Amino acid sequence: MANNKTLMMRSGLVLGLFSLIGIGLVSLTQSVTHEKITENERLYVLKNLRELVPETLHDNDLLADPLHVVDTEAFGNAHEVTVYKAIKNQQLVAIIASTTAADGYNGSIKLLVAIRNNGELLGVRVVSHHETPGLGDAIDTNKSDWIYSFNGRSLNNPSPRLWQVKKDGGEFDQFTGATITPRAVVKAVLKTLQYYQANKKTLTSTIQQTNG
Amino acid sequence: MDSYKQIIKNGLWDNNQAFVALLGLCPLLAVSNTVINGLGLGLATTLTLIVSSSIVSLIRQHVGSEIRLPVFVLIIASIVTAIELLMNAFFYELYLILGIFIPLIVTNCAIIGRAEAFASKNPLGASCVDGLAMGLGFTAALVVLGAMREILGAGTLFANAHLMFGEAAKDMVIYVIRDYEGFLLAILPPGAFIGLGLLIALKNLIDKRLAQPASQAVSFSMGTEKA
Ligand SMILES: Cc1cc2nc3c(=O)[nH]c(=O)nc-3n(C[C@H](O)[C@H](O)[C@H](O)COP(=O)(O)O)c2cc1C
Repeated sequence: MANNKTLMMRSGLVLGLFSLIGIGLVSLTQSVTHEKITENERLYVLKNLRELVPETLHDNDLLADPLHVVDTEAFGNAHEVTVYKAIKNQQLVAIIASTTAADGYNGSIKLLVAIRNNGELLGVRVVSHHETPGLGDAIDTNKSDWIYSFNGRSLNNPSPRLWQVKKDGGEFDQFTGATITPRAVVKAVLKTLQYYQANKKTLTSTIQQTNG
Repeated sequence: MDSYKQIIKNGLWDNNQAFVALLGLCPLLAVSNTVINGLGLGLATTLTLIVSSSIVSLIRQHVGSEIRLPVFVLIIASIVTAIELLMNAFFYELYLILGIFIPLIVTNCAIIGRAEAFASKNPLGASCVDGLAMGLGFTAALVVLGAMREILGAGTLFANAHLMFGEAAKDMVIYVIRDYEGFLLAILPPGAFIGLGLLIALKNLIDKRLAQPASQAVSFSMGTEKA
């Protein structure tokens, strides 16, 4: 009996010791890599933003104080939308919304939608998606040029009725055998444009406030 | 104790974890859609195997059999988490692709399998070599299957090599088949199963061929005896 007890105690201690070693190892790595990882994530977002908003357009740090919006009604889903601001001479020249199309073929498609203050799209990029390779992944810039078809578009170009894929009677191409993916993207871009239209004043005023 | 040569041959061929032991199929099937993805996960798995086998071998006399498995699991989980953090820090773009599969290394039974079957009974040197050989065998399986699926599925080889080797490797991509439309099945999960099946069949065929001369000689001598 006593023997059993000491054995159990011993095992417990050894197990506890290894848990501590494990925790130590992970914490150490975490503290060594933490800074680099945060920096990586920052640079990655920045790289994507820069691709949409050329350096000549703005003079601020694009990542500086973005807005975080949750508006189920406006965006059609409860995902948080981050709105980055491009500012020049204290004027809001463009916004970049990091938004989510929740109704892709395989779940969420994360998008960056850049809108100029005249309501025109600077461009759209897919940040991450799980669409089927060879079918839905033509939304990626390295697979096809489809996503560039949003460049220069706005709420009235094409007219609101035509903000759909061709199959639904709209203006935008779908892919052969894959309509669900482009349909989801077109819808998300349209919703973002509508959100910008509706909130332009508020967005502009946040700039004036921060600049005193 | 096995000789190092035997250990290496075991890991690469005779007891290849993917083709013979059929372990670690979950990451194998999920990530073998291109050569570079396969290579990335294979190397991460190899690193995990070497470190975990070495540590298990070092502590093998101090951990009783009652708690051996939980201790192994603790060790492997810690190592994999550390490797995930390191990849996130130093191979960020590759991490974005392999990201969700790195934690899955924990579920790769090959790792706990080697800890239990080999490292817990052998000295440090042998365990380290065993981890390396098993890891390289697994990597080879991933790379070969990845090459097969990438050529059939997309007509390329080494696409996205820059994620691992830096911008200079952007030109490494080889267009094996020009203007290829792509063969979807090869890239989708069923293609992984079919490809793996074909490779196992091929390996068995080679093994059979290699064994044949010997058995032929036997039947020949038996024949002469009868005569
Ligand atoms: C395995 C598989 C994967 C598919 N992946 C996608 C996809 O990623 N995106 C997409 O829009 N459609 C995908 N489809 C096709 C959809 O099921 C659907 O048939 C198509 O989008 C509807 O197009 P249609 O309205 O032109 O017929 C996939 C189909 C199969 C069988």
